[in-house]
Amino acid sequence: MKIKLTFWRVVFLVIMVLGLYSTYVRYLHGLGAVSNMTDQFPWGFWIGFDCLCGVMLAAGGFCMVGAVYLFNVESLHSVVKPAVLTAFLGYLLFIVGLLFDLGRPWFIWHQLIYMNPHSVMFEVGFCVMTYTTVLFFEFLPNVFERLKWKTAVKWIHTIYPILIVLGILLSTLHQSSLGSLYLIMPSKLHPFWYSPALPFFFFGSAVAVGLAMTIFESTQSAKALGRHLELSVLVRLGGALLVALWVNALLRFQDYFHRGLLRQILRPSYEAYFLWLELALSFVIPIALLSFKKVRLSPSGLYVGSVISLLGFITNRLNVSLIGFETYVGHHYMPKWTEFSVTLMIIALGFALFRVAVQYLPIFPKDDMVRVPAPARTAVLTGQPVFEHAGD
Amino acid sequence: MSKALLYDSTLCIGCKQCEQACATQNNLPYNDSIAGEEFQSAHKLTAVLTRNDKFMRRLCMHCADPACASVCPVGAFHKTKEGPVVYDVWKCIGCRYCMAACPFSQPKYEWGSLNPRVRKCIMCPDRIAAGQQTACAEICPTGATKFGERDDLVREAQDRLRQNPSNYLPRIYGLHEVGGTSILILASVKVEEFGYPASGKIGETPLPEYTGRVMERVPDFIPVWSLVLGGIYWISHRRAEVAAAEAEEKKNGGAR
Repeated sequence: MKIKLTFWRVVFLVIMVLGLYSTYVRYLHGLGAVSNMTDQFPWGFWIGFDCLCGVMLAAGGFCMVGAVYLFNVESLHSVVKPAVLTAFLGYLLFIVGLLFDLGRPWFIWHQLIYMNPHSVMFEVGFCVMTYTTVLFFEFLPNVFERLKWKTAVKWIHTIYPILIVLGILLSTLHQSSLGSLYLIMPSKLHPFWYSPALPFFFFGSAVAVGLAMTIFESTQSAKALGRHLELSVLVRLGGALLVALWVNALLRFQDYFHRGLLRQILRPSYEAYFLWLELALSFVIPIALLSFKKVRLSPSGLYVGSVISLLGFITNRLNVSLIGFETYVGHHYMPKWTEFSVTLMIIALGFALFRVAVQYLPIFPKDDMVRVPAPARTAVLTGQPVFEHAGD
Repeated sequence: MSKALLYDSTLCIGCKQCEQACATQNNLPYNDSIAGEEFQSAHKLTAVLTRNDKFMRRLCMHCADPACASVCPVGAFHKTKEGPVVYDVWKCIGCRYCMAACPFSQPKYEWGSLNPRVRKCIMCPDRIAAGQQTACAEICPTGATKFGERDDLVREAQDRLRQNPSNYLPRIYGLHEVGGTSILILASVKVEEFGYPASGKIGETPLPEYTGRVMERVPDFIPVWSLVLGGIYWISHRRAEVAAAEAEEKKNGGAR
């Protein structure tokens, strides 16, 4: 078999080589050599991006499972499988990310025996562990279908209600708990981001991101696989996204209002610039865009709107975990290139695994892939950047 | 009974013998260059800082209700009944939540190690168990660092403030901060100048309470939310069933 060297394959290769070098530095020279983390900045880019953003970006799984199986919204059925796959891969890669960030990853199993129920981190760890298992079971039917194990598929379907309820329960818990992690740092985290309502913000934004991520990934995989895009599905998701963004924006506004910060957030300062960027990307621009019916009904409009809001919520997580601590610490933290390269490697792995999975497993309806001729997809998605291996 | 240290910075002469005794006690290297380091690290668990000819010791405060112990997912930290907040290295997975959560930023990390530990002052628990003072208190030539029962030391600190009000700022740092600590500090200048967090900023509420308010809801939340989710599932699927049955009926009825 001959493998053709395309542009993205070269990019993938470069990312993997650099990532493997960083992996070598991480495990043979330690955290100090591979990162710019210090005693003052014990949590860096890996916590901020790989963990907080990673789990947030995998929220599409529980959102779509909730919509389709819990609320029985049949029309969204076609996006459930890819959303569950993305979530499953996302959580697996989150665990891979943890193995880089933990100082003693070989003791990660201590979570199971030395449990501290007062620790939010314990709750997050425990939920993530069980939820990854749940996702594994939600993903299994794909494998069984492929292998034509009919009884196994049936068996999974009988426990599906339990899996669904359990999955959403665990997601509610740990998505919000990632925000609760910061509740114990009222004196360290900047008031723009420290709020007693952090768990609500984290959960609310996870739902919005789940919707945006599903739009993003449906569009992206349609393009990559030459599939036909189901506009009606995207339009419904876009409408839900608009509502979710409004709810989130309202919650944030109320929080600033009640804590008397409205005047302060408008005054220029280092933190304010990052807050403005965050609020513009996560709320102002996407809400403005999606408010136009024309945008909400066009695939490219929905795509751009959701990508901007995704960038906004990523900015939010980085603000909470990194920018919000700089004033307390008294200096800036800029990740080392090796930190970025590990993250990039993990993301690239995610894209590659997704690609392999949809190629060999019945994630998307099969006839769909054959039916649509190549020109059709370019017509649907003209003039959009290709992000196949680039940032999430 | 709970032991504590009273550090009276007006008595401190900056001899740094406590730093050296601490290093010896914890099997850490100590030399002139380490003595010159004006900050704490994984190899310098206590530091005597100098600003404008005033001295100030920094060390783990051994909070009554420590944030580090509450956040550790594997419970590697705990407050002993004798007072010290100690660390069980064999449990640690290296998540560094303790470092992020500590209001005094005391836990430090062995960033260069391949099996890194969190390091901080552990208040010589072995010595205390053997009925001795901490190494730093024992060596202190001026009595600036004094070891004893916390209640006694609080009383003594209050006496000193009363007898020499002009010598001190009128407060005992650590008496109420984050719910009280086992390190009590008297000073003639603001401890904030030496990197201690302002009392107003960290407050008097033990930090674990901030997360406790959320965490204590979890056990109740789980059954309620499961029931709600299960209920939604049942209703929405029942609806579909009913709709399907009705459609079927209509079809049969239409054939009439």
